[in-house]
Amino acid sequence: MSWFLFILLSFLTLGGGLGVVLTRNVVHAALFLLVSLVAVAGLYLILLAEFLALVQVLIYGGAIIIVLLFAIMLTRSADYPRISDNRQWPLAGIAALGLLGVLSAAFLTRPVEETQLHSPAFAGLGNSLFTRWAIPFEVASLVLLVALIGAIIIARSNEEER
Amino acid sequence: MILSIPILAVSLTAVFWTLAGLLAMFTALSVVVLSLTWLERKVLGRLQRRLGPTRTGPMGLMQPIADAVKLLLKEDIVPSSSEKAIFWLAPVLVVIPAFMIWVTIPASHDAVLQNLDLGLFYITAIAVVGILGLVLAGWGSANKYGTLGGLRAAAQLISYEIPIIMVVIAVAMLAQTLNLRDIVDQQDPYPYALVQPLGLLIFFIAGLAEVGRTPFDIYFAESEIVGGPFVEYSGAHWSVFFLAEYINTFAIAALTVLLFLGGWSGPLLSGNWVVIWFLVKVYAVILVVFWIRGTFPRLRIDQLMGFAWKVMVPMSFLTIVITAVYQFYLWPPWSLTLMSSAGLVVVAYVIYRRMVGPANLVADVRARQHAQAQERALQAKANDPARGAAANAE
Repeated sequence: MSWFLFILLSFLTLGGGLGVVLTRNVVHAALFLLVSLVAVAGLYLILLAEFLALVQVLIYGGAIIIVLLFAIMLTRSADYPRISDNRQWPLAGIAALGLLGVLSAAFLTRPVEETQLHSPAFAGLGNSLFTRWAIPFEVASLVLLVALIGAIIIARSNEEER
Repeated sequence: MILSIPILAVSLTAVFWTLAGLLAMFTALSVVVLSLTWLERKVLGRLQRRLGPTRTGPMGLMQPIADAVKLLLKEDIVPSSSEKAIFWLAPVLVVIPAFMIWVTIPASHDAVLQNLDLGLFYITAIAVVGILGLVLAGWGSANKYGTLGGLRAAAQLISYEIPIIMVVIAVAMLAQTLNLRDIVDQQDPYPYALVQPLGLLIFFIAGLAEVGRTPFDIYFAESEIVGGPFVEYSGAHWSVFFLAEYINTFAIAALTVLLFLGGWSGPLLSGNWVVIWFLVKVYAVILVVFWIRGTFPRLRIDQLMGFAWKVMVPMSFLTIVITAVYQFYLWPPWSLTLMSSAGLVVVAYVIYRRMVGPANLVADVRARQHAQAQERALQAKANDPARGAAANAE
């Protein structure tokens, strides 16, 4: 059963990803991204990581897609919903192939160990996040803060030029 | 582990019972929505010294059914310039999360479809997806007002999502669990409304904003953007949005009751009859929602966003901080009540200032006009003898 679900969700994830790249309409691309991200949440559920699945739905399925749509709607893309060919596509292709190479090399050289499915208790997750993994956690939030401030500065400097 | 997936590994009878439970939930929610539309029209009517619906059935009780039939029989218009797929998808994206969150909202200890360990977090996570439907509805209908409404919905709902999540975290810290049933059990001696009144206020206000009730109905404000995301929808499609709005209102009221008002606990009743207490409390909260709708004017968009980021977000962080201090130092419960009430006073003062602000402004302008008029009269008096003297000289 979970095998069947895995196949289904993988198809949804990959199909959604393909849709993002292939569609010519920006809003449709955002929707395909939503399909892909929610299917990943489903994959987490199969792995019994329900907290992670819910976080995926909350942050990626909800907040990030909404902000994405917000940005698309605020720019004048509503008047030009079609994307023309992006001139950076060879670069993107190289990056994607490189990532594929690195990942497949990693998977081939280090076989995935068979692990037992177990669902970490929610309290235990929080405990380890704030004790053992506190510093990576803080670094991640710092990076997000930097990105936020950077976005504000870029937006403001554009305003002054006008 | 309740959310675990192997559904088909269970027997057919279990599947049957799940389906029966879902069907019961849909039926119950539909009845609730019918009752809410009737109640809202009646209560608003009374607040405005009208009678509300009276003609269909005794006390207008059949009015919601007449409305439903009317809505379903109306022509369903799809604008030719709209994005068809998105136009169809948007109402579905709004209504499915609205129903999905009810899977884990308990009406009594046993009257719950599936009690999840992460229930509260599940509700928060699923509810966010509904916002997406509103944004897409606005964009998909290819209408200026629709797009504006969609943008407003995104801005408003994401902003008010933050205080809600923060207050939910504070409640989870108090109860040490995200399981709604356990949270209610934890409120045995005192409901959290007494322990954390600031949390209750923030949750209720942000909840109103989250379901777009007046005074926060900015994103479909009829007098500004003629219905916002719903402007191009009619008939059955529009009624789906309507259904979702009422189910969400009921959900916010139910969550307020579960998180802060002690859920189904109450005197006299026991066993499964405690559902009555739950319903009584939820409908009481709903009446407050209608009361607010009848008495408050709509906010402006800048006031709305300012209130979210300058009052609600800092105050919700304060809620977390005082709860953490209380939990860490093991202070007595009344100390948290005291700290929380202090925060409550601040919020209440800000709202009071906002409310009396326009009235004060009017009074101020009147006073200034009056003073100017007096000054002019004095000057005229002072000038008059001079003018008289000049006239005499001629």
